[in-house]
Amino acid sequence: MVKNSLIFIVLIGFAVLLADLFVGFNGNTDLNILANHYAVSGPEEVGSANLVTAVVVTYRGLDTLGEVTILFLAAAIVSFLLKVEAGASRNRKLRSTSEILDTASRILVPVIFLFGIYVFINGHLSPGGGFQGGAIIASGLVLMLLAQPAKEVGHKLITLVESISGISFVLIGVAGVLFAAGFLDNKLLPLGTFGTIFSAGVIPVIYIFVGLKVGAELSGIITNLHENQNEA
Amino acid sequence: MINLIIAIVIGVLILIMAIIAVHHKNIVVGIIAAGVVSLFASILYLLLAAPDVAMTEAAIGSGLSTIIFFYVLNKIKRQNG
Repeated sequence: MVKNSLIFIVLIGFAVLLADLFVGFNGNTDLNILANHYAVSGPEEVGSANLVTAVVVTYRGLDTLGEVTILFLAAAIVSFLLKVEAGASRNRKLRSTSEILDTASRILVPVIFLFGIYVFINGHLSPGGGFQGGAIIASGLVLMLLAQPAKEVGHKLITLVESISGISFVLIGVAGVLFAAGFLDNKLLPLGTFGTIFSAGVIPVIYIFVGLKVGAELSGIITNLHENQNEA
Repeated sequence: MINLIIAIVIGVLILIMAIIAVHHKNIVVGIIAAGVVSLFASILYLLLAAPDVAMTEAAIGSGLSTIIFFYVLNKIKRQNG
């Protein structure tokens, strides 16, 4: 009882502290200086129709590299902690799946993979991008593993795709230092016509690598967890 | 105006689902409720004109993390039982 009333008092105190923010909030009617710069000169500086992508990949490209690295660390730690002994996956007892799920997944999984690839290739034109596309590809893999639990997913392939795209991402950044204005600068390639698929300089290339990398990392986490299951 | 009403309804639903996720006795119901929080949150992001964030939230928040919670729950149950 005392504990609950203490929690209640702390919550009330928190509400009083934040009340000022809430009362004083009346929304932004115009953009602040930084956002205004992005919105006004973003299209001609970066050439990306999706301004969010322009900010994420070019203006704040180093942050994206950091996020991808964090995700890589998470995937590496999961696979380190859940190391499966060789041959252990063959003795697993798995629950059989229904015919409906199996048939539906055969039709849906390729479509989901295709949609994920579409999302990261069109990251500079429509909402979405590398992270979203990679996550969609990984959810397609989840559906595939739910429908066919005994299916083996090649760890070598996942590792290969992950490493190659990670190295390429960094190499593009370094090439920006050598041949353009700076690290991860997007004027490495010509900007092209605004709003077409071959535009926005190096953004589509970076987003394809980010998408493959994120998809491979999340797939790696999922397959590692999946191979540690035993439904017996 | 209609957007404001929808946003308030979704906000209240998120609160209800979050309370279920924390307080429900059955842990499976809790995990699903946590996934529904993310699903409603992604609809809210869409209404607030942030489709990029909405896509991430829908795919990672309500899809992958729910599945990962279930995998981990299953593994913990095997080890303890």
